[in-house]
Amino acid sequence: MASLIELANPARFMRLSSVLLPWLLGAAALLLAFGFYLIWFVAPADYQQGETIKIMYIHVPAAWLALMFYSMMTLSALGVLVWRHPLADVAQQAAAPIGACFALICLLTGSFWGKPMWGTYWVWDARLTSVLVLFLIYLGVIALRRALDEPSRAGRAVAILTLVGCVNIPIIKFSVDWWSTLHQPASVLRMGGPTIHPSMLWPLLVTALGFTLLALALHLLAMQAEILRRRVRTLTIFEAERLDRLSLQAVR
Amino acid sequence: MMDGLGPHGGFILAAYLATALILAGLAAAILLDRRAQRRALAALEERGAGRRGGSAP
Repeated sequence: MASLIELANPARFMRLSSVLLPWLLGAAALLLAFGFYLIWFVAPADYQQGETIKIMYIHVPAAWLALMFYSMMTLSALGVLVWRHPLADVAQQAAAPIGACFALICLLTGSFWGKPMWGTYWVWDARLTSVLVLFLIYLGVIALRRALDEPSRAGRAVAILTLVGCVNIPIIKFSVDWWSTLHQPASVLRMGGPTIHPSMLWPLLVTALGFTLLALALHLLAMQAEILRRRVRTLTIFEAERLDRLSLQAVR
Repeated sequence: MMDGLGPHGGFILAAYLATALILAGLAAAILLDRRAQRRALAALEERGAGRRGGSAP
């Protein structure tokens, strides 16, 4: 545990992440390029959906990443509340806009798929509604952070809200099993293995891995920006205090 | 290209375009923010704000 906390030292994190970033971005670019090649030139059209299955290759990874980033935020929230580790708070803050973007992509691409396949952009079924709630929770987390000036107070408040919101994660995952939904049940991450044909499964997995590495790289970059912002804030306070002292000395 | 995508090509392209725009916007926002913080930190350190006691008046 002690070595983990030492590894999570902000200065060490800045060094390690700077080394890791080019590799992550390079691997993400290669995987996404290969994935899009498979999607547009190799993978067959679906016998029912036709070419609209191409939307599934971005919709599904976006849904996975929206859930993954919220799960990461939940773990970070525990890090903030239990260990009070500043890097956990930085990780949580940096993850929220990225998760929100993937939730938005999931909702939009789902709508663009729903109109030609279901005849409507939107239905209030359990899966769609719970993902919309996830997007709104992300926005709530971002808004709460911005509403509080003092970072450690904001971190604790956001951590509590994040933990409350994590109840929505299993609801999203199991909504298609618990309720009768228009949204189809899980076809990749399910007991008994995927039901998708390998010619469509592989492009999906390659693209999903590419998006995941891209999202992790963006998360590292956003964490670096946040660490720098906190350093700027601290130095600005030191500078203001120093100028205050100087002006007092001048008056005396 | 639209012909090859069948009757719903517009929806497919709209989905990919929306994804590209959102991710490009997110990446740009993060990179610009990081650059702004780097510059602000460099300016503060140049003024000696990081040193104990600060810079000379």
